[in-house]
Amino acid sequence: MTKLVYFAWVRERVGKSDEMVDLPPRLVTVADLLAWQQTRGEEYEHAFAEASVIRVALDKRHAAHDALIAGAGEIAFFPPMTGG
Amino acid sequence: MPASSRPYSTIRIQSEPFDIPAETARLTAGRTDIGGIITFAGLCRDEGGRLKALELEHYPGMAEEEIARVAESALARWPLMGLTAIHRHGLIKPGEDIVLVIAASAHRRAAFEAADFMMDYLKTRAPFWKREHLLDGSTGGWVEAKAEDDVAAARW
Repeated sequence: MTKLVYFAWVRERVGKSDEMVDLPPRLVTVADLLAWQQTRGEEYEHAFAEASVIRVALDKRHAAHDALIAGAGEIAFFPPMTGG
Repeated sequence: MPASSRPYSTIRIQSEPFDIPAETARLTAGRTDIGGIITFAGLCRDEGGRLKALELEHYPGMAEEEIARVAESALARWPLMGLTAIHRHGLIKPGEDIVLVIAASAHRRAAFEAADFMMDYLKTRAPFWKREHLLDGSTGGWVEAKAEDDVAAARW
């Protein structure tokens, strides 16, 4: 099982802050994972419609969309950051 | 390396306000080798009077880790004697502080540059998101990331 966590408007659109999922083994990269999220229902389709703007962190480290997801226990999805 | 010349570094994420003189004193206490301190505080604006508060959401755990990674890069790039980064989360009213960066060095240039670098990287890499609460009682939208912040971070 992998923990998926969501922040800001991604969290609001998905309708939950985290969930445990069994990721299909065919998902290899962050981009594969984002494409899969779009197929998980209306909320996910809305949240991940603009996949290119979504930022992803693997085990609390920023990851590019071509990064490999193998071994990650916690994967976070969020909009570009606006702190500071 | 003698203990007094090792950089003192503080990273904190907190909801409560911070005390700038106290944080500065923490960096300089007992030292006589520091020649310059740059203190940058980021405040919540009222956006022309329409904003009641900013709500700052963060990713607990990653926020501390990511700011620590940025601080490590700053400590590796500049000869700093102290570095502090504090970022608040939760509801913050106009006029209140949001973020604090303090850089101490023997000479001003390193401190100026390191503080500037820290802020550019905090804005583009630290997992925080701002949402506006408006004076009319409504919850406004999420603040959008600015392309110029990415441009600023790319300078380094």
